[in-house]
Amino acid sequence: MFDELRELYQEVILDHGKSPRNFRAIADARYHAHGHNPMCGDQLEVFVVTDDGGRIADVSFVGKGCAISVASASLMTEILRGKTVDEARRMFDGFHEMCTTGADDPLAELPEEDADRLQVLSGVREFPMRVKCATLAWHTMNAATKGIDEISTDDGLGAG
Amino acid sequence: MSAQASIIEPVAFDVDAVRRDFPILSREVHGQKLVFLDSAASAQKPRQVLDAERHIYEHEYANVHRGIHYLSQVCTDRMEAAREKVRAFLNAGSEKEIVFTRNATESINLVAASWGRTFLNEGDEIVISEMEHHSNIIPWQFLRDEKGIVLRIAPVGDEGEFLMDDFAGLLNERTKLVAITHMSNVLGTIVPVKDVVRMAHDAGAKVLLDGAQAVTHIPVDVKDLDCDFYVFSGHKLYGPSGIGVLYAKEALLDAMPPYMGGGEMIRSVTFEKAEWADLPYKFEAGTPAIAQSVGLGAAVDYVTGLGLDAIGAHEADLLTYANQRLSSIDGLKLIGTAPGKSSVVSFTMDCAHPHDIGTLVDRAGVAIRVGHHCAQPLMDRMGVAATARASFGLYNTRAEVDVLTRALEGVREFFG
Repeated sequence: MFDELRELYQEVILDHGKSPRNFRAIADARYHAHGHNPMCGDQLEVFVVTDDGGRIADVSFVGKGCAISVASASLMTEILRGKTVDEARRMFDGFHEMCTTGADDPLAELPEEDADRLQVLSGVREFPMRVKCATLAWHTMNAATKGIDEISTDDGLGAG
Repeated sequence: MSAQASIIEPVAFDVDAVRRDFPILSREVHGQKLVFLDSAASAQKPRQVLDAERHIYEHEYANVHRGIHYLSQVCTDRMEAAREKVRAFLNAGSEKEIVFTRNATESINLVAASWGRTFLNEGDEIVISEMEHHSNIIPWQFLRDEKGIVLRIAPVGDEGEFLMDDFAGLLNERTKLVAITHMSNVLGTIVPVKDVVRMAHDAGAKVLLDGAQAVTHIPVDVKDLDCDFYVFSGHKLYGPSGIGVLYAKEALLDAMPPYMGGGEMIRSVTFEKAEWADLPYKFEAGTPAIAQSVGLGAAVDYVTGLGLDAIGAHEADLLTYANQRLSSIDGLKLIGTAPGKSSVVSFTMDCAHPHDIGTLVDRAGVAIRVGHHCAQPLMDRMGVAATARASFGLYNTRAEVDVLTRALEGVREFFG
């Protein structure tokens, strides 16, 4: 049953959804924001710590969500470590575009390893109601780096 | 009517015949037969309702209450006949007490804006409950912020039951209104509203009952309940969307100022002043939802034709069966198990978030609702962020409960 949903729920997603990485709060994080998806009530908090060179030294999240949103948050925390804040924002743009338009090229500029890891979430493009699940953590991270404390996926920070 | 009564005295309810009245039920979703278990959000429409709306547009349509020409008169008669059907459906004393609105939400907003703004003052109290839909919370919060009234919240127990003693403890001489659901859209809990009304009246308060869920499952008699306001939506009662009902006692409607201004609601207008039209038109500014009101009349005919007692017995059987089947699924927790509840089944699963459950069972053709169901304070009370909800209507079957059960077992295997 539900074999056709394996495209959406790939093994990596099921794994990260069940056992999220970097699932913890960070006290005194340089950047922090609270993200909310009003459609389903999901809530995430994202924490970002940068080093002296402006690179992301640690990134984590806590909260409640569906398999897609938790897996996406978990994968995000793994991918962002070592990136600059600017790079993280560009990845958000590319990831967001992939989820909403279904195009692969938004990820073309990324290192191949990162692009491959984000690619596993591209299945949401077939499920418009689930795009916000996949992008919630990224929206929250993006807001945090801009000094915005709280965002909602309905705030118009990109459709989706 | 209770489940036991239906066993002692079986009521003829031919669900197969009923299903043939609903064209949409024969369609497929994702290559599977549609199993529609989301009637608490909005119900499907029988051919009789579709035909009534189509007929009026094809043969009788014109604007109402103003034209002297033939079609305007016919159409006015049709709309007023629908109002009479709604009056009889609720056993209201007069058609003047039946105001057509867009939906239950608008009906509540009308009461808050018209009655509330006029008759409530700073320090007055309104009692609502923990299981209200947002539509019976937000309008009162508007009023609180504007007038300085106080909102008090009647709690529910762990099973989702309405706690009568706690409710009684909230009533006092400052209580001016009790605005409470007749049936919870999340838990299925039926509130003992007749007792609520009596106790509220003893305290000198008016009572508004949100009947959006209840009217589709149990007979409602506003005279017997003695409630002051009763609201519901057409679209959950197998009727069209865009039409709702506010019942209010005539003396209250008489004393209330209009909610919106415009055509239809006036008797005479000069640039200096206006005189309001008679009830209920005073509250029906602008061209109303004409065809939808006629469709609602057809829906009322349909439901009363089958009999709410028979419908209730059929749904009680489905509820009992669903409780039994779903309880057999490992890690599934029912949210809302109050005695005497109606056919709405909320649940969570330890292996999957409601959103994931919804996406999966959709692939099996099963439509359920997932999320907070416009009742976030209740989610907080029950300690969950969201639930999955299967709601049963008059056209559902035990076989559909089986399909849901198999799909949920599939969810368990998928995420397990």
